[in-house]
Amino acid sequence: MALTDLHAEAVAGIVDRVAQRYRRDPTCIVQILREIQEACDWISPAAIDRLQAVLGVPRTKIEGVAGFYSFFYTRPRGRYRILFSDNITDRMAGNLPLMERLCGNLWVEPGKVSEDGLVSVDKTSCTGMCDQGPALLVNNLAVTRLDAGRIDEIADLVRNAVPLGEWPAAYFAVADNVRRADILLGHTLQPGDALRAARDRAPSEGIAASNMRSWREGLPHGLGGPAATLDEIKRANLRGRGGAGFTTGLKWEACRNAPLKPGQQRFVVCNADEGEPGTFKDRVLLTAHADLVFEGMTVAAYTIGARRGFLYLRGEYRYLLDHLECILKRRREQKLLGPDILGIPGADFDIEIHLGAGAYVCGEESALIESLEGKRGTPRNRPPFPVTNGYLDQPTVVNNVETFAAAALIAVKGGDWYAAIGTRHSAGTKILSVSGDCERPGLYEYPFGVAVRQVLADCGAGRTQAVQVSGPSGVCIGADEFDRRIGFEDLPTAGAFMVFDDSRDMFEVARNFVHFFQHESCGFCTPCRVGTSLLKNLMDKLHNGHGSPYDFAEIEKLNQLLQSMSHCGLGHTACNPVLDTIAKFRPAYERRMEHNDFTPAFDLDRALAAARQMTGRDDAGAHIPAEFGEDA
Amino acid sequence: MTQTFTLDGKAIPFADGQTIIQAALAAGVFIPHLCYHPEFKPHGSCKLCTVKVNGRQTASCTMRAAAGMQVESNTEEINAERRALTQMLFVEGNHFCPSCEKSGDCQLQATAYHLGMMSPHFDHFFPNRPVDASHPELLLDFNRCILCSLCVRASRDVDGKNVFALSGRGIKTHLIVNAKSGRLADTDIALGDKAVQVCPVGVILRKRTGFAVPIGERTYDKAPIAETVAQEGT
Amino acid sequence: MDAPGKKKLKVATTSLAGCFGCHMSFLDIDERLFTLLDYIEFDRSPLTDIKEVSPDCDLGIIEGGLCNAENVHVLREFRKNCKVLVAIGACAVNGGLPAQRNHLPLSTILEEVYHTSPGLANGLIPNDPELPLPLNKVHPIHEVVKIDYFLPGCPPSGDAIWKFLTDLLAGREPELGHGLMHYD
Repeated sequence: MALTDLHAEAVAGIVDRVAQRYRRDPTCIVQILREIQEACDWISPAAIDRLQAVLGVPRTKIEGVAGFYSFFYTRPRGRYRILFSDNITDRMAGNLPLMERLCGNLWVEPGKVSEDGLVSVDKTSCTGMCDQGPALLVNNLAVTRLDAGRIDEIADLVRNAVPLGEWPAAYFAVADNVRRADILLGHTLQPGDALRAARDRAPSEGIAASNMRSWREGLPHGLGGPAATLDEIKRANLRGRGGAGFTTGLKWEACRNAPLKPGQQRFVVCNADEGEPGTFKDRVLLTAHADLVFEGMTVAAYTIGARRGFLYLRGEYRYLLDHLECILKRRREQKLLGPDILGIPGADFDIEIHLGAGAYVCGEESALIESLEGKRGTPRNRPPFPVTNGYLDQPTVVNNVETFAAAALIAVKGGDWYAAIGTRHSAGTKILSVSGDCERPGLYEYPFGVAVRQVLADCGAGRTQAVQVSGPSGVCIGADEFDRRIGFEDLPTAGAFMVFDDSRDMFEVARNFVHFFQHESCGFCTPCRVGTSLLKNLMDKLHNGHGSPYDFAEIEKLNQLLQSMSHCGLGHTACNPVLDTIAKFRPAYERRMEHNDFTPAFDLDRALAAARQMTGRDDAGAHIPAEFGEDA
Repeated sequence: MTQTFTLDGKAIPFADGQTIIQAALAAGVFIPHLCYHPEFKPHGSCKLCTVKVNGRQTASCTMRAAAGMQVESNTEEINAERRALTQMLFVEGNHFCPSCEKSGDCQLQATAYHLGMMSPHFDHFFPNRPVDASHPELLLDFNRCILCSLCVRASRDVDGKNVFALSGRGIKTHLIVNAKSGRLADTDIALGDKAVQVCPVGVILRKRTGFAVPIGERTYDKAPIAETVAQEGT
Repeated sequence: MDAPGKKKLKVATTSLAGCFGCHMSFLDIDERLFTLLDYIEFDRSPLTDIKEVSPDCDLGIIEGGLCNAENVHVLREFRKNCKVLVAIGACAVNGGLPAQRNHLPLSTILEEVYHTSPGLANGLIPNDPELPLPLNKVHPIHEVVKIDYFLPGCPPSGDAIWKFLTDLLAGREPELGHGLMHYD
């Protein structure tokens, strides 16, 4: 009993300390829960008790949030919480046998906690290490390049309860793997260059005065540094790099022009929730070019008149947090963040980092904002859009990491320079995250318009059967389409470029993606919540050898329903991998239509197994033949 | 001058700020819905009220009406998709109408009748969802929950209590109550709460009051939901 | 309906994991049965006591869901021998009352019923080969064979059955409408 009290006291102390650091601000619940879990290994009822008292919010709110994110545990999950990345590229690199090996070593079942409460082993969605997989997360820290040897060592470390801090540093090494650099990955800017350039675009008279106004409420078009910078962004024809390709200049202008009610302000949010399987460019940008990204955010703040910014970093990149905080600290010291940036009176801007906790849907900008506000990551009804009603219902610009980096470049070099690179409707360059069946996985930055065939040649891909462009929600193309080009005119992409050679079963690729969407559906709307589960069950039915043409028709019907009725892009695109692979790799499906007649999704004979065991019977009547009609 | 939009060929007047479904119901035209309730902020999650606006599908409970909009609702194409949504809701939970005391007064059931749902079509999930009978006066049967969040909104926005919330994600999304024990008896719910009245299905039930109205005289025995709601609208 | 005189349609019916309530309701079409018999003849059915389904049945009407191996066998016989298969009643349509055991593991149920319940003589789980083994879960029949039409209700009323059958015999898509359409 005394021990329990002591424990409760210790938990309360931790909760108080963490909540205090976040100013007891309920909008920081996601951050607070993450830190509580890092300290306590899980989020216990006692911790929730204390937290609801400290924050003054209903318990249901905390439990609702804790229950939404994959990385939050409201039941004990062990001192070592190991999650194997389960993207198709991890599968291809053999993650499942490695997971089995680890489970065998540790005497633990996948998805369960070991009996001594020491360790749990499970799978998770793509962790963004596709160029150096198979990968896993241990207590949300990334371990890459797994092989049997490393797995056995990890098992020993866990069994001996060696603290993570004492594990070999090599496990946690993440390589950048930049294979082809262009204007972004090859830039030579120094911190502050872009901001100085933006400032210097102001006419010589009255810098301070004009910027005082524009920073807060925007200036008439064409006046002052912010407006001039906005002009450059617009002239650059920069489009969002998260995949949808909305024109950045228009977004910034709409936010800048959005009216503010008393007490409101504008916000800049960098979307680093890089959850699309097969994408890892933001990981590298934030590792090697974080200054450029922060500078782009600050340019945006300068342009639209924002004082607060957020970097929403996916939980899988937790290992980058200290590094990024260091850079923010240095930039404050350099007067590139904080009050009166570069000595411009009123140019106040600072950036906070918020971590996600395992929810792909938070990459959708309105869901991301909900998460930033400390809520469940459910996409909002739109309109209104974030540029007018974003963070805390105030005007907010949300852009991708790569967009901000490009904006910083444009601030220095000008819109015309940028617009001249790439193609007519796709200005600039695009960083591709290349993984899968190729000799040199990693980052490839090309001017827009590069042909898929060129990328395949550069990365050393051979006997390529298909490329999944822009991840599961993107498009799957076959060999006859390799002359298609990366760009908004043809193949828009957030960056993922997964290569499949002719040894791969494209049905299994699609099935992996369908499982991904089912796992990541937020559950808000009926068609996506239930539809992704039904689709997963149907794909599993085919996989398990129970497929018939009826199921094929069902899949097509579900695809239609998901596309037309879903609330957000997750549901709209959840069927893309299936639609594409049916259209382009139909034999992979036809092979699975093993029956002409409708066939149940489950094995009828196996459905008697429990009864056979309980009765000890094994006579003919205790079985159901699989194929009825054969005896007819 | 009154502004109008066109709904299935009929001119529907609307006031500024009204959503499509509000204007339609006010004009006596039924659009199927489950998570929409005139007294609460629209949620837009069940998607039953999806219509085609100028050729594009959207939830009519969250879409503001605009002059000249061409809206399709009562078409075979849209009704077939709505029917599939009700089928999804039926297989996702455990909906055994014959043993449910809400039968005859249930909006999910009545909406499925309206849409001509003859079977659940899909394979059933048969989830395990224990009931909460802890409260002396109220029963929570989670088997029938369709996650419309009406009780969540009613408790929060009308009762000022936050008795209910949604937790979990995706297919594991579920209703929770505001108590450390997780039991309704340990919450501050009261019989007079709006949250107790608003459940469109048979989750939140008064104990010892079930099956009081004979079959044939229940809400949707007397008139189909389209007529019942349209009468309320006018 | 077409005029009588043509070859009568052969109709088979059965109750799987059901209570025969739908069959009772079928009898509730009362004197209309005589009209119906101008158009159909009964094959295997509790009404005829014929034990096997003829291979040339036009219509099979199935009450009840799938609870055990025998239910599966009979359903497959019907599917094989009937051109059109109809699921009648809540249990056939969604498992109904028997399916409310589905959240419990079968082993738990058998333990409870035959081992731990008070008042049992020998406390053994019956293992006579004559007895069909129960399935892990109760399934609606459309999860195991293709079903052509569904007639919900617990049971569907005599009027609903009449409307449904007359629509079907007339070659119309059966439509129940308000009052006849019931899940309870």
